[in-house]
Amino acid sequence: MEQIANHIIFFLLSAVIVVCSIMAVTSRRILRAATYLLFVLFATAGFYFQLDYHFLGAVQITIYAGGIVVLFVFAILLTSKLGEKSDRISSTKRAWGLAAALLGALICGYTLCTHDFFPQFAADGEVDMKTLGHALMGMDKYQYLLPFEAVSILLLACIIGGIMIARKR
Amino acid sequence: MEIPMIYYVVVSTVMFFAGVYGFVTRKNLLAILISLELMLNAVDINFVVFNRYLFPQQLEGFFFTLFAVAIAAAETAIAIAIIINIYRNIRNIKVDDLDKMKY
Repeated sequence: MEQIANHIIFFLLSAVIVVCSIMAVTSRRILRAATYLLFVLFATAGFYFQLDYHFLGAVQITIYAGGIVVLFVFAILLTSKLGEKSDRISSTKRAWGLAAALLGALICGYTLCTHDFFPQFAADGEVDMKTLGHALMGMDKYQYLLPFEAVSILLLACIIGGIMIARKR
Repeated sequence: MEIPMIYYVVVSTVMFFAGVYGFVTRKNLLAILISLELMLNAVDINFVVFNRYLFPQQLEGFFFTLFAVAIAAAETAIAIAIIINIYRNIRNIKVDDLDKMKY
């Protein structure tokens, strides 16, 4: 019973991801594109929850859906009129885009489908927060204190850069 | 947890190449940034799925995704600051109109 529920949830989420990501790149209204992006990000968080990476799902929702999409919506409202439609794409450009996307998808799909991934099914079990915290804050092998600090420097640089770029002269 | 790994990977492939299509065809800078987010997100899914299915004892993919999310947030914030600055200068954010570096 739980298996069937899992499958149904998976297919719902993947349908949302596929449909909304295609709509996000083809919709001519930019605010709608941002909304479709939001749905894609939520469905991705659903994937993470389904894979038992609950912390990552929470991070995805708070940072992506809560932070980045809000930034997008603000920027869209600041830079374009409501209900404004973008110009139609020229057919050569669409052809190039379709060619790049389909060719890449074909090559990747072929490689993935012919490759045999050995453990086809995931192991059960949640990663507990204690392990995560130790791995994030430890200095041994397979622990991530240095990248953590590097990211904090990056965020500081990002704050300063954002203020420098966006301030009024 | 009986979903084969290939399903996840195929979904993320579709998402990635939707992002590629948008990146090539869009003219609005913000729309290009949205396509970029789609691509980044697809790669994040791949990291997580490979970590979960192939190396469940380790956490490399998990932490790569965690840091990728943080870096994507920083990058988006800076990109949007730049785009708003461009809009302030030339009242437009179409890539065709951005042919001068300096005003």
